[in-house]
Amino acid sequence: MADNRENLTIHIKEDWCKGCGICIAFCPKQVLGFNENGKVTMLDRENCIKCGMCQLRCPDFAIFLGGKE
Amino acid sequence: MNHPLVENYFRIDKFPHIWCPGCGHGIIMASIARAIEKLGLDKDKVCVVSGIGCSSRAPGYMDFNTLHTTHGRALAFATGVKLANPELEVIVISGDGDLSAIGGNHLIHAARRNIGLTTICFNNNIYGMTGGQYSPTTPTHDKGTTAPYGNIDKPFDITQLAIGAGATYAAKTTVYHVNQMDKFIESAIKHKGFSLVEAISICPTYYGRKNKKGSVVDMMTFLKDSFVDHKVAEKLPAEKKEGKFLMGEFINKIEPEYTELYDGIIESLKK
Ligand SMILES: Cc1ncc(C[n+]2csc(CCOP(=O)(O)OP(=O)(O)O)c2C)c(N)n1
Ligand code: SF4
Ligand code: SF4
Ligand code: SF4
Ligand SMILES: [Mg+2]
Repeated sequence: MADNRENLTIHIKEDWCKGCGICIAFCPKQVLGFNENGKVTMLDRENCIKCGMCQLRCPDFAIFLGGKE
Repeated sequence: MNHPLVENYFRIDKFPHIWCPGCGHGIIMASIARAIEKLGLDKDKVCVVSGIGCSSRAPGYMDFNTLHTTHGRALAFATGVKLANPELEVIVISGDGDLSAIGGNHLIHAARRNIGLTTICFNNNIYGMTGGQYSPTTPTHDKGTTAPYGNIDKPFDITQLAIGAGATYAAKTTVYHVNQMDKFIESAIKHKGFSLVEAISICPTYYGRKNKKGSVVDMMTFLKDSFVDHKVAEKLPAEKKEGKFLMGEFINKIEPEYTELYDGIIESLKK
């Protein structure tokens, strides 16, 4: 989805995540999961293809591709 | 770091928003902002108008000119905004109850006039805000607090209703099919004349719970599996179409737009 995927990585804003599970269920690479607070967490950053589908379907703006910090 | 869309197009101090976990409305709201971004519209030239309902809370979060009006009347207010300021991109956000029950008359007449408004219907098949009463789009036999033994009404197909009334752009999609939703909303905004995108949303809290539709993910999976593009469906054998709902772009044609006709009358009288 973004032009310069090399420099992008998934960011999670845990405070805004409501734990609905949409991003986890429909991630094509199944790299996301729940943490002990019932919020989303990145389990396998290596295998994330940065397709951005999690970002497009998150109703809460809590997961997105952004620059590496 | 924040979501890039939130930084640019939303009132960040209002977040996190009030919608329930897994409510589809947030997905549609984001799609509208992405379409505006893609079209490169000047934020000051966009006006987002809503009625009352969970869906109608959206403009409160969106950083444009915004109007949160009364239940069912979003299109009436928007008609006034558009006639007074034809240069504005006026986008109406309206729930299935807001748009097709109390506001149904405004819908058919806005469509009939072909006025240049873009209407995005957040259709979750229920009155979410008031606790799950059935709406004109609740499927027959489904339950609501006002239909505890099942709804006996036939549901409206809002897209076909708008087309029947004269809409010149109408499309239907779902919160699962986000890429398609982005495309349709973009086309609807660009369209000159009355345009409608019926975005099928999910209300896990009331519609989902009352009708035993399972988890948020189950409700999204249902959308994924049950909606087919009508152009694809044409080529499918009858047995594969059973139980499916049609989505896609259903009409896209050019006809004279209302505010232009109105300005034409004013100009003709000046001579
Ligand atoms: C004149 C008037 N009648 C009734 C109501 C109560 N009311 C508020 S929201 C709503 C329906 C909301 O349903 P919908 O438009 O589908 O939006 P949703 O909450 O499902 O997104 C109703 C009946 C009202 N606020 N004003
Ligand atoms: S960007 Fe794609 S692969 Fe990576 S977590 Fe999101 S959905 Fe999964
Ligand atoms: S889709 Fe959004 S709110 Fe839902 S679990 Fe994922 S990050 Fe959290
Ligand atoms: S009641 Fe339904 S429509 Fe309203 S915020 Fe909750 S899930 Fe969304
Ligand atoms: Mg509704």
